[in-house]
Amino acid sequence: MTKAVNESLPTSAVTEKIKLGLKKRHRSEMMFKTTGLAAVLLGFMLVFVLLFDITSKALPAFHQHWVQLEVDYSASNLRYSEGDSLENLRYRSTLRKAIANQFPDVKSRRDKRQLNGLYSSNAEFAIKDFLIANPQALNTVQNVWVRVDDDVDIYLKETTSLGEPLIRIDEKEAQWIKSLVEAGQIDKRFNIQFFTSSDSREPELAGVRGALTGTMLTMLVTLVLSFPLGVAAALYLEEFAPKNKWTDMIEVNINNLAAVPSIIFGLLGLAVIINLFGLPRSAPLVGGIVLTLMTLPTIIIASRASIKAVPPSIREAATGLGASKIQTTFSHVLPMAMPGILTGTIIGMAQALGETAPLLMIGMVAFIVDVPASITDASTVMPVQIFLWADSPERGFLAKTSAAILVLLGFLFLMNASAAYLRRRFESK
Amino acid sequence: MVDIISAKSLGSNDIKIDGAVGEPFCDDAKMSMRNVDVFYGDNQAIHDVSFDLEKNQVTALIGPSGCGKSTFLRCLNRMNDLIPICNVKGSLQLDGEEIYGKQMDPVLLRARVGMVFQKPNPFPKSIYENVAYGPKIHGLATDKSELDEIVETSLRKAGLFNEVKDRLDQPGTGLSGGQQQRLCIARTIAVSPEVILMDEPASALDPIATAVIEELIHELKEKYTIAIVTHSMQQAARVSQKTAYFHLGKLVEMGDTKQIFTNPRHELTENYISGRFG
Ligand SMILES: Nc1ncnc2c1ncn2[C@@H]1O[C@H](COP(=O)(O)OP(=O)(O)OP(=O)(O)O)[C@@H](O)[C@H]1O
Ligand SMILES: [Mg+2]
Repeated sequence: MTKAVNESLPTSAVTEKIKLGLKKRHRSEMMFKTTGLAAVLLGFMLVFVLLFDITSKALPAFHQHWVQLEVDYSASNLRYSEGDSLENLRYRSTLRKAIANQFPDVKSRRDKRQLNGLYSSNAEFAIKDFLIANPQALNTVQNVWVRVDDDVDIYLKETTSLGEPLIRIDEKEAQWIKSLVEAGQIDKRFNIQFFTSSDSREPELAGVRGALTGTMLTMLVTLVLSFPLGVAAALYLEEFAPKNKWTDMIEVNINNLAAVPSIIFGLLGLAVIINLFGLPRSAPLVGGIVLTLMTLPTIIIASRASIKAVPPSIREAATGLGASKIQTTFSHVLPMAMPGILTGTIIGMAQALGETAPLLMIGMVAFIVDVPASITDASTVMPVQIFLWADSPERGFLAKTSAAILVLLGFLFLMNASAAYLRRRFESK
Repeated sequence: MVDIISAKSLGSNDIKIDGAVGEPFCDDAKMSMRNVDVFYGDNQAIHDVSFDLEKNQVTALIGPSGCGKSTFLRCLNRMNDLIPICNVKGSLQLDGEEIYGKQMDPVLLRARVGMVFQKPNPFPKSIYENVAYGPKIHGLATDKSELDEIVETSLRKAGLFNEVKDRLDQPGTGLSGGQQQRLCIARTIAVSPEVILMDEPASALDPIATAVIEELIHELKEKYTIAIVTHSMQQAARVSQKTAYFHLGKLVEMGDTKQIFTNPRHELTENYISGRFG
């Protein structure tokens, strides 16, 4: 029998010794807590600053100024005769006349052209759409609201918010705008167009619907392909595959794959999926396949880790009752691993959501005005749209870029929230 | 006192184990094991063990910690298949059928030879689901009411029903350790196996729950064959008809429980049951 080391010391001395060390232990605990809290606060602050900056820049994009025009829909003006289609009438000259009526003092050709520039280039179609929607307006004079040009829109926004507008505008134009405002013929409205239309060369007409739909379709393809494939691969490797040098090699290669720069996957998509298999260029289907290649390793690695974390006693319990391997795996191991698998999936999907480079390679960068209706239609995605707008010279795209970032963040938030909801459901089971 | 025990246990390494003494074999065997060796990688955990589990009898496996009781028990329904490095040699038969033979389907084997583990391991599902899972996968109940009945009788037999009847839909992992172990017992008997292997089923139970389990074992042996690992001599003496004493992976002695506890033939058995090492 050996004597305990401290047996020679009286009990009070041992307590004293512990007390001495205790102070230091508490101090290091305090320090760690403070550092952790500081890190969290710093993180929050950075996110807040980022969000504040983007939101403040994006806000103007959600409103749009409209101008009222008194349009004379007389048959003579439109060169309309009985039985004509309303599609191909003289809308442009009708618009010009309405504008000229609004400013009877403007006479010279140059001034007139400048004046026409204050109205959105789609004003002509706006008055046409109005007539087609209200055919009884023929041969009457109607008040029609059309969008102002993007520069005028920014000018108006900046005059009201900052006092001195940053955008440079002609003295004459400023005068015209002022008179319109004073006549109450300018109105600020919620820019619903931003959510209902696709990309356009004109900032006042551009919206995110096309890109958002493209993103949703691409993400759908990615999820549908990568989730079952990733989970199946992880289950096979963890539960069924023999542990030998082949599976070791596969494991190393999957880990390597997770570190491959995404643009490489884009090149692969271009070379194999488009050029070899002949799938359509710029399509969400191809984008989804490319992003699947990128997301798979993330999902496999996370799934394997969480399958590994399922206690072996659960497998023993099920096996001991006579459950087959498949039954054990699907009714016990998989449900218990599901929260971790979902976390991995959402990380992979979030990465894929923000990915631009590989999609540029497969042509999803094209200027596409239509909203894609299926996964084989040409389309673009939100990050690429943001990239395109950020690259545009027009000032009007500045706010749109930030607004599109907000929409992308909102989409990400929705995705995360649904994953969190699913995870909660699996955990409570 | 302390010094005496350590001296004796050191000396125990010198005592020869030369085949099992006693009566390891019987005429009415449910399971018979011959020359079983078990290896974990290069490490041999069971050395040349042969004995029979007699039908409708309770056989207690006793021995010091780490002597291979759990390892041996797990061979009997091939639970060791889950451990890749584990390798079993020799002949193990259930009703004359080779357990490790090609003809034997391990799924069917485990339905016939059920197991209660050393540590309680309920599924993270409801109490009801825990018990109903076995009957469900084997298709033992044709409808819901039949399943309800199986669940209730199994829980009753395990002495748990009255405690949990109002919360059958709550997770089994929310029960106390002893309740969890009884839930695991209920789960095992719900499949009505022919042989039940119990690895220290009462180690986490209080005396009252232990008595319930021992009562259950008495009842079960009318229909089933039971092998139980236990560290409690009193328990072994109370519940079993046969006792097998293991030492360092070898079967030292086997015989009628009464004889083993009153008149052990081997020196090691005597040392162990008289509490001189363990
Ligand atoms: N999974 C394993 N891998 C490697 N060695 C193991 C494994 N399980 C058990 N062993 C070894 O096999 C020997 C017997 O272990 P076993 O668990 O069967 O002992 P036991 O008699 O059940 O002990 P206890 O009474 O403490 O439960 C021990 O030496 C142990 O180290
Ligand atoms: Mg054990």
